[in-house]
Amino acid sequence: MKTTTMLASAAIVASLSATAFTVNAGEITVMSWGGAYTKSQVEAYYKPWMAATGHKLKSVDAPNPAAPIKAQVTAKNVSIDVADVEYSDAVRYCDEGLLETIDAKQLPAAPDGTSAEDDFIEGALTDCAVANIVWSTIFAYDASKISGAKPTTMADFFDTKKFPGKRGLRKGAKANLEMALMADGVPAGEVYKVLGTSDGVKRAFAKMAQIKSDIVWWEAGAQAPQLLADGEVLMTTAYNGRIFNAAVDENKPFVIVWDGQILDFDLYVIPKGAPNKELALEFIKYATDTQRLADQAKYIAYGPARKSSAPLIGLFMDGKTKMGPHMPTAPANMKNALVNNFEFWADRDSELNERFNAWITAN
Amino acid sequence: MTVSAADSIDPGVPLVTPDGRPLKLALAQATRRARIRAFALVVPLLLFVLVTFAFPIGQMLYLSIHNPVFSDHMPRLTAYLTEHPDVQVPGEEGFAALALDLADAKKNRTAGRIGTRVNYERPGSNSLFKSSARKAAKFKGPPYKEKLLEIRSDWGEPHLWNVMRRASAQHTLDFYAAALDLTHDENGDLSQVSPERRIYVRLFWRTLFLSAVIAFLCLLLGYPVAHLLATLPLRYSNLLMILVLLPFWTSLLVRTTSWIALMQSQGVINDILVTLGIVGDDGRVQMMYNQFGTIIAMTHILLPFMILPLYSVMKTIPPSYVRAARSLGATPLTAFIKVYFPQTTPGIGAGILLVFILAIGYYITPALVGGSSGQLISNQIAFHMQKSLNWSLAAALGAILLFMVILLYWVYDRLVGVDKMKLG
Repeated sequence: MKTTTMLASAAIVASLSATAFTVNAGEITVMSWGGAYTKSQVEAYYKPWMAATGHKLKSVDAPNPAAPIKAQVTAKNVSIDVADVEYSDAVRYCDEGLLETIDAKQLPAAPDGTSAEDDFIEGALTDCAVANIVWSTIFAYDASKISGAKPTTMADFFDTKKFPGKRGLRKGAKANLEMALMADGVPAGEVYKVLGTSDGVKRAFAKMAQIKSDIVWWEAGAQAPQLLADGEVLMTTAYNGRIFNAAVDENKPFVIVWDGQILDFDLYVIPKGAPNKELALEFIKYATDTQRLADQAKYIAYGPARKSSAPLIGLFMDGKTKMGPHMPTAPANMKNALVNNFEFWADRDSELNERFNAWITAN
Repeated sequence: MTVSAADSIDPGVPLVTPDGRPLKLALAQATRRARIRAFALVVPLLLFVLVTFAFPIGQMLYLSIHNPVFSDHMPRLTAYLTEHPDVQVPGEEGFAALALDLADAKKNRTAGRIGTRVNYERPGSNSLFKSSARKAAKFKGPPYKEKLLEIRSDWGEPHLWNVMRRASAQHTLDFYAAALDLTHDENGDLSQVSPERRIYVRLFWRTLFLSAVIAFLCLLLGYPVAHLLATLPLRYSNLLMILVLLPFWTSLLVRTTSWIALMQSQGVINDILVTLGIVGDDGRVQMMYNQFGTIIAMTHILLPFMILPLYSVMKTIPPSYVRAARSLGATPLTAFIKVYFPQTTPGIGAGILLVFILAIGYYITPALVGGSSGQLISNQIAFHMQKSLNWSLAAALGAILLFMVILLYWVYDRLVGVDKMKLG
């Protein structure tokens, strides 16, 4: 009898404290891009954050989280607290007043005391966004399908005489036009200057026209490695992390060519009117600290946006692959690299995409 | 007797019920109660359709002519432009309105929104607005015109002012113009966009053409199947019906991706062709990611929408008619053409209309298997909804598509008659 009472009261105390706990614990919704990329964030950010703070985190995916943000903020019915978006969208939405501002001074300093503003790579912090990774658009090929000389330059990708076979490209003007120009001999440093002229645009389309009949278009990031694995294409442009995971995690004979890679940031933003703004900010502070950014590299080959994270990068989750050389920012990979110019695309996006759409749908 | 009864009714005296009320009134009351009850039963569906269908579509269609971004965020300039309808590049007064609005835009972080709106018609305006707004926020006072022209000489461009004037109108047909590959040239006249940017008109035609081809193929394939279903003994036809319905119940995405697995260049069909030696390993047939892929996959997916209305019509045709025709000496072909076929036209009409209208709005299948030559107009609508986020243009394209469907329905009604259609 006595033991039952004790047990009962213990149960009541336990349930009371549990209630107290849930009152304090909040829940936020974080939207990302899905696939191997979301998985890396779950492991490196979400799980440790939930364990450390007791808050809950709901993970949702979209092919591009920028689209639902605009819809939700415009409809004044926001359910996402934090979203992972591309640079051009982060800047554009910030200018359009669709995002909360994030003061960079609030972000945690590096372990050696360097302030966040100095620790993040140049351009990684904007008025409304905090970068977490540097990713890159590269091209990759299936080594088992190419005997003899292997492709090494962007020009090889556009050369279907030297390497006959289909090519996978992302359906959209961005990155393709730049790559076409680089393949046509424009050095990385001058790509946007050339693309700014109407002759340059014509030149880029002319270069793509050379391989038009051999192009297979992809849209979601996961499609590119799939096309390569199915043998549908001989080479494809892709996000480097996806190819890395297919190559290392799934043992596919895929090789990345870093020549002419186009670097870009992914950033965390808080949509205007997010239901749990304060908690969202807490999450971003936690997820973009030095250790967490370094941890993410354990699960996918995207570079951390903080300089102080670089020395902490170790092995891939398989426990044997060194991640350093697979980062887009590794010095050996940066020899002919282009950084995506978001201002250019904010201005020319609609015009060039319209032209691109007209071009690909023409027979 | 009956004649005399009819004669005895005097048209001047109204008929009454036993309790003395006029019969007409009593009847109206009784039927009104029944009507209200019937209406009450329909109300939930009516509300549902209004709230989830009619209202959002109406709102979406309104977006295609209503875009207040510019006038909302540039109130002074909009007022100035309305007051001075003839000025091209204004003087100090107009520039003052512009500068003050830009400064406000910087403060409210709306410069990007305005820039995006103007950018639809004049590429390069996005950065112009953003950078100018940043600097305009620091202006201490006039002369504004001089200062703004110093930042970017673009502000002196008549074309930019033309575009801004058009954008300042809350209600505009510009998005419909854009949806028909038209734009305002330097002089403000409507003209076609440059050839390398023309896309929508071609896609509308392609959508109509491919939908017609698909509807025709569905009829060609579905007609014999429906006939078989309607004439076989029940135990066989039930099994066959399940075979028709099984894909109908399977997810659209699954069916589309199975076609990819079958027909891609490393897919099952090509593998068989290579194994049989019909084509070489380097000569694999490209059946996916082009128009052919779109037609095949969509025909398969829409086939049940043709078979089911055909079946329901054929089921009601007594087999004795054809037998009678045969016994009167008609050849099988004549019996079919003269007797059977005419009776199935309501089903054909329903099937064609159903498949055609569904095909016109198809989106996911062409997106997955269409490559570039198999893209339809719906893919461009999705592009503007999800990627470029130019919702007004997407709405205009959608409205034109809706209009086309209604027009076709009207033509169908005039030619065949909707009352002759039988869905099941």
